[in-house]
Amino acid sequence: MGELVCDGLGKVYSGGKRALSSVSFRIPTSGVFALIGRNGAGKTTLTRILSTLLEPSEGGASIDGLDVMADANRLRERMAVVPQEARAIAWMSPVQMITAYLLWRGLDYREAKRRALYSVEKVGMSEHANKLNRNLSGGMKRKVLVAMVIASGADLIFLDEPTTGLDPISRKELWELLIDLSKDRFLFITTHYLEEAERVADRIGILDDGRLLVLGSMEELRAKLPHQYSIRVSAGADLPSFEGEKRLGRDGQLQVLTSQEEAMHISRSLLESKEKFSLNPITLDDIFYQMVGRTISSGVEEEDGE
Amino acid sequence: MRKVGNQLLASILVNAIYEMKNYPIILINTVISPLSFLILIVFVSRGELLGVAIIGGLIMTMFQAGTFLQSDLSHLKNDFKLQEMVVASPTRAGVYVAGIAISELIYSSPAIIILSTLFGLFVHTSLINVLGIIAVLLLMFLTSIALGFALATVTTDIVQSFAFSRLITTLFSTLAPVYYPITLLPEPVRTLAYLSPTTYAAQLSHGLAGYQQLSVEIAMLDWGVLLGITAVCMWVGLRKARWRER
Repeated sequence: MGELVCDGLGKVYSGGKRALSSVSFRIPTSGVFALIGRNGAGKTTLTRILSTLLEPSEGGASIDGLDVMADANRLRERMAVVPQEARAIAWMSPVQMITAYLLWRGLDYREAKRRALYSVEKVGMSEHANKLNRNLSGGMKRKVLVAMVIASGADLIFLDEPTTGLDPISRKELWELLIDLSKDRFLFITTHYLEEAERVADRIGILDDGRLLVLGSMEELRAKLPHQYSIRVSAGADLPSFEGEKRLGRDGQLQVLTSQEEAMHISRSLLESKEKFSLNPITLDDIFYQMVGRTISSGVEEEDGE
Repeated sequence: MRKVGNQLLASILVNAIYEMKNYPIILINTVISPLSFLILIVFVSRGELLGVAIIGGLIMTMFQAGTFLQSDLSHLKNDFKLQEMVVASPTRAGVYVAGIAISELIYSSPAIIILSTLFGLFVHTSLINVLGIIAVLLLMFLTSIALGFALATVTTDIVQSFAFSRLITTLFSTLAPVYYPITLLPEPVRTLAYLSPTTYAAQLSHGLAGYQQLSVEIAMLDWGVLLGITAVCMWVGLRKARWRER
């Protein structure tokens, strides 16, 4: 199995702004890898370096043994990229846009058209195949871009915030397509939607202020933290003394992050006092909070476009 | 080679064929701009400058191709992020830009066909001179494409890009003596007109068509300046442009 390897990657933009600092990791190029972080964390910069769109300032990276700098042309034969803020071209139909993209990938017109029709059908847009993109909904326009990467046959796919700005139903539909796509390809995705990342990603990386804080499967991420369980209870509930963290959620409920033993201890106490509560393993949102010290939506800084 | 052909076709489809097919109003727009000046000049000169203005229309059409290239490259790159998707594909930078450049010629083809027909009807000159005018027009196309490519590397959004487009079109094809002979300009303004590459193209073409007397030295100078400007624009464009960003 191939690997994506980052070795001390760093990026300083002209003007001196540092976007990445010594990012090193190694992951298999299969399934879904989700990179999460707040705006300005460096997600787009890392994605652009790995997808051969941007030169790093320090360190290096390779995918399946091919260096992203020296072997870029060979990698480009195998990869498809949908950048952040990419849009379906207004004056073209989905089939026309996908056909053109496949021609750029070197396919013959007839084969490109055949694949375009297949991929439009695959994303459930057959009846919109020949409508102009400008007349499609936001969700459908995104699906056109996903149909492009499906049609490409590329086995290394980079999607920078593919679901941002979509309504929950469109997001769900798009994630289902991406899960299907990942069965035989590697998907590198950046996202703000932690619940979705938790649900679909085989491995997750958390980036903050240009540094990779942690990387692994959900189980591995949980194991790296002192508190693996979360209890939600009303803010006025009488809690026994415990080791862990407390925070007040937006819903007005108190959240307790603690170890398994402490969670059992608190649960017993709450049962005895007949308080309503919920006990769950910590979510990616909790992990993010513990690692970064704040939620993903708090303290939003400048956009990631750099 | 076939792969490169497919990649060129992609640029032509996206930037010309599909656009013209799906938005036919564009066809009228590409024709109306060079023809409007031609009609104006012909009326004002009571038909005397018909041949000069037809050549002017052809030069403006070729020059506009470069300004269109500048705004199209910028539009596709900044507003649709299409260029990034193409960078991360097997297409090379030169093939992408060449495809977009050819698409601009196709985009301008309705105007070229009409103006060429008018040229055939109203401009009477030898075949060798016609070939010379075609060479000037091709060089004008290359100059404008190089200029457009260089400008596309510095524009970051569509508003800025359109501003550049309008500015260079006004300076180089509306104000410059393209639709009328340079001899109509008073002396101090005439010197200023020589700052525009289109002035040299028009002077050469008007000379080849017999509308203006040109010495061999002036003709050589015109060719030299056109080639020089094209080379400089190409050099600036290639130096500034980055397929993979830094």
